Amino acid sequence: MKYSSQSVAMPYFIAAIGLFVGQIIFGLAMGLQYVVGDFLFPEIPFNVARMVHTNLLIVWLLFGFMGATYFLIPEEAETELYSPKLALLMFWIFLIAGAATILGYLLVPYSTLAEMTGNNILATMGREFLEQPLITKIGIVIVALAFLFNITMTMLKGRKTVISIVLLMGLWGLAIFFLFSFYNPGNLVKDKFYWWWVVHLWVEGVWELIMAAILAFVLIKVTGVDREVIEKWLYVIITLALVTGLIGTGHHYFWIGTPSYWQWLGSIFSALEPIPFFAMTVFAFNMVNRRRREHPNKAAVLWALGTGVMAFLGAGVWGFLHTLAPVNYYTHGSQITAAHGHMAFYGAYVLVVLTIISYAMPLLRGRAANGERAQVCEMWAFWLMTISMVFITLFLTAAGILQVWLQRVSDTPMPFMAVQDQISLFYWMRLWAGVVFAAGLVTYLASFFVKGDSKPLIHA
Amino acid sequence: MSGTFTKAMARNIFYGGAVFFFLLLVALTFDTMGGLPKSDNRANLTESVLRGKHIWETRNCIGCHTLLGEGAYFAPELGNVYPRRGAEFIKAWIKSQPTGTPGRRQMPNFNFTEQELDDIVAFLKYTSEINTQKWPPNIEG
Repeated sequence: MKYSSQSVAMPYFIAAIGLFVGQIIFGLAMGLQYVVGDFLFPEIPFNVARMVHTNLLIVWLLFGFMGATYFLIPEEAETELYSPKLALLMFWIFLIAGAATILGYLLVPYSTLAEMTGNNILATMGREFLEQPLITKIGIVIVALAFLFNITMTMLKGRKTVISIVLLMGLWGLAIFFLFSFYNPGNLVKDKFYWWWVVHLWVEGVWELIMAAILAFVLIKVTGVDREVIEKWLYVIITLALVTGLIGTGHHYFWIGTPSYWQWLGSIFSALEPIPFFAMTVFAFNMVNRRRREHPNKAAVLWALGTGVMAFLGAGVWGFLHTLAPVNYYTHGSQITAAHGHMAFYGAYVLVVLTIISYAMPLLRGRAANGERAQVCEMWAFWLMTISMVFITLFLTAAGILQVWLQRVSDTPMPFMAVQDQISLFYWMRLWAGVVFAAGLVTYLASFFVKGDSKPLIHA
Repeated sequence: MSGTFTKAMARNIFYGGAVFFFLLLVALTFDTMGGLPKSDNRANLTESVLRGKHIWETRNCIGCHTLLGEGAYFAPELGNVYPRRGAEFIKAWIKSQPTGTPGRRQMPNFNFTEQELDDIVAFLKYTSEINTQKWPPNIEG
């Protein structure tokens, strides 16, 4: 750690990991509800568990992005953070607001929560991933603005690198596109159309800028490759991401009441969306192969390479699998979508956050890298979580293919619930893979407590 | 990544490409909004439909069901439930929840009034009449 204000990243990373644990607990509960339908009913119905699962994911990734930013911006700008106090204040506001929202989901009926929190003044709730009460949404905007103010001010007084500029563009984009969550017209087609301006333009747009910037930062640090080379790669990757991803939004506009030309535009551009992810994979391996130093933090290198590979598989390959309109006609809204969602989020965003945590956390704890045993433990966690996520994805894909066949392709289509019974074997297998994932997560937590000779910091 | 392709060139292509394709998305959005009246069934967007949408949202129906293929994949697609089941079946079904069958997926009971049930049905009927380019492939959704 080169600047003392970087230490505000630590609580953000700890909160991210804590909420990640919560996300997985609810994921397991839902996995069980898929096969034992009345599990936890009526206390925690599926829709509540799902809201908690997906909202925790979003919130912990945001904690991760913010922590990453607070860690890397002072180092890139070569100056202390504009206001570490504001960063800590925002941490507590975001954590308390997030926890209160999750408790609201769990303890209060959703319609009551909506009435209590001003949804009748401006109705924004009850749309997938944007279920947060109005006051939480406003809170997110306030936290985001304070955060962006802090980061922008830091950058203005310091060195402006390509990494920090790209990261900041991604973060501003994140905040700006979130504003579409306040627009909820009665016209369902318009509602859905602009809903994607948050969801798609986040995960297949500005989040890719954030991800690529974080990955580039870690790669510079662990490989020692010349910044000029890495920054050129960074520009190429984010160019490919936005050129394909912006019009690629069209792959969500096939069947929701929008004009049919989106079938062409969406198919063509989103078929190209794997390219930036492939470039990211090549980038990560290329930089590690050309490394000029052996960084003592081997685990961080593994997470970084894992991000490249798994983002390409999850977002690239599994996205392409069902993105062409004639294919999507059958797969839209099936378990294929769920399969893609799981591996894409894990491969791209979970792994990039765990990459920066793996790199930064030992530094925040005053060492260059963790000891051998702690790193081995962390690498076990990587493999357990990554391999089990591959299996979760494969089982959901198998379930999805059968579902599509029985319910949509067949000459004698079966009703939804009858099909669900037919494919329950795969849901059971997915659940067991989820248990292994949870074991990987426990291993990950344990890696922070493994004692051993850590690698000391060498002050230049 | 040869020496002739400089970082400045990469930067310029990025800004040019990002701005161009974002503006293209905005232009297509305007075009789409212009074309929507033909496909989005807005003629039938009654007060009852709007109330039904509000009920749909405040009960978090999307947390289990899909609507035009978007949402959760735990319970049936409802974009075409109106032609699949009809108004009376939908209302009776909602009223009879939860079934309480051991081991089966359960839907909560929301204690709706007759008016609220009619509003939900109106919303689902309106939704089923949106031009979705013939999706879903068959009545099972």
